[in-house]
Amino acid sequence: MNMKQTLVVIGNGMVGQNFLAGLVASNAKDRYRIVTFCEEPRAAYDRVHLSEYFSGKTAADLSLVEDGFFAEHGIEIYLGDKAASIDRERKQVTSAKGVIVDYDKLVLATGSYPFVPPVPGHERPQCLVYRTIEDLEAMKTAAAKSKVGVVIGGGLLGLEAAKALKDLGLETHVVEFAPRLMAVQLDDGGGAMLKRKIEALDVKVHLNKNTTLIDDGAECLHKMNFADGETLETDIVLFSAGIRPRDDIARGCGLEVGPRGGIVIDNQCRTSDADIYAIGECALWNGQIFGLVAPGYAMARTVVADLAGEAGSFTGADMSTKLKLMGVDVASIGDAHAKTQGAMVYTYQNGASEIYKRLVVSQDQKRLLGAVLVGEASAYSTLLQYCLNGIELPEHPDSLILPQLAGEPVGLGPDALPASAQICSCYDVSKGQICGAIEAGCTTLGGLKAETKAGTGCGGCSALLKSVLDCELTKLGVEVSTDICEHFPHTRQDLYNLVMVEEIKTFDELLDKHGKGLGCEVCKQAVGSILASHWNDYILKTEHIGLQDTNDIFLANMQKDGTYSVVPRVAGGEITPDMLIAIGQVGKKYQLYTKITGGQRVDLFGARVEQLPAIWQELIDAGFESGHAYGKSLRTVKSCVGSTWCRFGVDDSVGLAIELENRYKGLRAPHKIKFGVSGCTRECAEAQGKDIGVIATENGWNLYVCGNGGMKPRHADLFATNLDKETLIKYIDRVLIFYVRTANRMQRTSVWMENMEGGLDYLKSVVIEDRLGIGAQLEGQMQHVIDTYQCEWKTTLADEQRLKRFRHFVNSDQADDNVVFVEERGQVRPANAQERKHFKLIEEAA
Amino acid sequence: MNTWIEVCDIDDLQADSGVCALLKGKQIAIFYLQRRQEVYAIGNFDPFSEANVLSRGMIGDIGGEPMVASPMYKQHFSLRTGVCFEDAGVSVPAYPVRLENGRVAVMLASPPVQQKSPSLAVCEME
Repeated sequence: MNMKQTLVVIGNGMVGQNFLAGLVASNAKDRYRIVTFCEEPRAAYDRVHLSEYFSGKTAADLSLVEDGFFAEHGIEIYLGDKAASIDRERKQVTSAKGVIVDYDKLVLATGSYPFVPPVPGHERPQCLVYRTIEDLEAMKTAAAKSKVGVVIGGGLLGLEAAKALKDLGLETHVVEFAPRLMAVQLDDGGGAMLKRKIEALDVKVHLNKNTTLIDDGAECLHKMNFADGETLETDIVLFSAGIRPRDDIARGCGLEVGPRGGIVIDNQCRTSDADIYAIGECALWNGQIFGLVAPGYAMARTVVADLAGEAGSFTGADMSTKLKLMGVDVASIGDAHAKTQGAMVYTYQNGASEIYKRLVVSQDQKRLLGAVLVGEASAYSTLLQYCLNGIELPEHPDSLILPQLAGEPVGLGPDALPASAQICSCYDVSKGQICGAIEAGCTTLGGLKAETKAGTGCGGCSALLKSVLDCELTKLGVEVSTDICEHFPHTRQDLYNLVMVEEIKTFDELLDKHGKGLGCEVCKQAVGSILASHWNDYILKTEHIGLQDTNDIFLANMQKDGTYSVVPRVAGGEITPDMLIAIGQVGKKYQLYTKITGGQRVDLFGARVEQLPAIWQELIDAGFESGHAYGKSLRTVKSCVGSTWCRFGVDDSVGLAIELENRYKGLRAPHKIKFGVSGCTRECAEAQGKDIGVIATENGWNLYVCGNGGMKPRHADLFATNLDKETLIKYIDRVLIFYVRTANRMQRTSVWMENMEGGLDYLKSVVIEDRLGIGAQLEGQMQHVIDTYQCEWKTTLADEQRLKRFRHFVNSDQADDNVVFVEERGQVRPANAQERKHFKLIEEAA
Repeated sequence: MNTWIEVCDIDDLQADSGVCALLKGKQIAIFYLQRRQEVYAIGNFDPFSEANVLSRGMIGDIGGEPMVASPMYKQHFSLRTGVCFEDAGVSVPAYPVRLENGRVAVMLASPPVQQKSPSLAVCEME
């Protein structure tokens, strides 16, 4: 007998989905059969980052629903079917397609719709809004036949929309009714600075403009007429003049709504019907609509708590925000407009650097009431903590916004924060929760992110997160040794710098100057890699040979029985029939097990150490070179066939892949590096699962960085878009050498990124903006590596002394009798223990 | 009955690395720590991977004790005693080595049972 009650959720947007995820993670999940209606054709996606749809992200990238989520939790979802009406007496929901579901509890998460002012002409073609992926597709279609685009509304969403128009290649204008941009969040000074910065990006801003009529244009499709008599011609009009709560279904069943819309809720997010909740932008709490996602999530948590019988209430939300608009940092905290009685204001303005900061403090100058930051917002998390926790301000509050010309930046020690202080607003993680995770054993930034989710949303809190971590570890007396091993009191990064600055060329020299003992496989391998990255010497030189690990030392990959596998380079995966035949002949002659690798080349297994030189001589004679499959170095650049053959290809991915592979082959790094190049967004080369991924677009190459397959897959981050080849290569040079210089030992780019303070934005600032001023140096080092490339096998074969090592016994030409093969599916494989015993018996009997 | 068996020239050794010698059917890994001018010999068979690979491991020290890290799964073995650092119950044989007139010689004594047998101390190079 089914004792479960039915819970219906209307709306699968960001808040609706957040509610479902919270519910199935709570102890209320077993009490309910869950049904949800989603009007859009796809389940919840990230509307906050919607404009990234135009800079390379796909609908799948934006999705907020993990694969199999609904099935796994037994949630019935009606996609593309809108809940049309509620019958509160029968407790039934009826959908537009006629589905009828009885409910015990109902949650309205219907969200909002874009407000379109009733300007005459607003219904003309190519007058659009900006809310859903379908809206974006309409924009894309319209943009293809347009030159000029105008956004009506200079608020937060309007500026996001302007970025989208810019990304579509249109001449872009923003028309705002108020006398400044982001009128709600910014004061006049901040708004003016933002306008300057945005205009510098070639977006024209028109303030104090009241649109009275849209009619036919002469040059463009439309002409906009303003109250002051001026006009502006455009092909696309995008309305972004605010949002309105979608409360029609609530009105239809007689729930209480506010005079200007919005479903009235109490502190438990219950509507005027106790069995119906409302959350997110459709809900009206205390006369307020909350148009941000964080308060919506807070409401979702409140309802989950209520359903689980736990205490929870929604009592308003902080509307502070920090965001990057077209690359410009903008933040607003609390009472930005100094409306509080007696409020005092500090302002810092730097015209040359285009930075504006404003602090609003209480009359006694003890408490921070609000702040505005434009152009530079690194103080945001510190200021927010002051504001939210009522922490007493320093004696000179302006020190918080003045530039730190000397000494340490003024920050708020994490010790000053109460346990309840919210560190991550995206996932509502408090300092107390973070401390708990640290006490339970999380001692790295990456581990903390994985455990608590803090810092994995917008990433704005990661610097604060790191300082909480450091502070707590110190308090716990945990000495986090970052020493690479007992022989060097240094990190890998320190060792790299020592090698670079002191021009150290050998392990012994480094050990003499900076280490102790004999070294071990950890520091030797790391230093070997550093020396190879930086000086790019031949790795089997006498002084380097002891630094080479299992595979490097014989330039081949050791397998479980002590034999090796051999992988010649097949750049980009392109290979002629003759070359394939040559590989086949070598495999056949030496009876090697042959397999195609994931990196689009051929691996030959079962070579004995003494066979390696002969095998490589034949491969080199056939035109092959080392594939560096044995090294912590560039492995392969995987490619799809690209525009040369493919019907859908946009650019020559194979050509680029070959060029990149030949450019970076031989580069040694803290760990292996894999590339992928796809010729279009279908992404057949799976470039987004690679350390460096490149995807062709109609306007150039999109660059992705720090992806990974393997044990812990990580989608690569979109790093830069629509690049020409020269810029693409410049960025890759810089990213790779920066990785080589700063990563820990055996750290893939994905983990390197996860642990980088400042994350993707920081890496961008180093590589794209060159904030450290080392761009040219990074490129120079890459050029050195490229100029000094050698096929290590070619060098080895030419050196009698080196070849002496390629034998199993120093005093005999016999082979290792422990290596035994058996046949399987027409090829050899290592014998297992039982088979080996069996062979031994036969041998002894003979 | 324990006699020195000549193996190879000192030039055949690899500084700060290992080679493998075949002596009376036994595989012996011989390591040359150039920094300390010391030579060590242990069995070449790695008991964890059951492959003859220890001579291809990287060498160094742990807390001053000379060691080799198996190239397969990275367990460490003392070069003096053959005992595994990670699991003292596992060991490989350790053999006395000497260098005379530019030749390397190993004594195939019966494998050590005691972990700290002083008679197995390694000869320093002259």
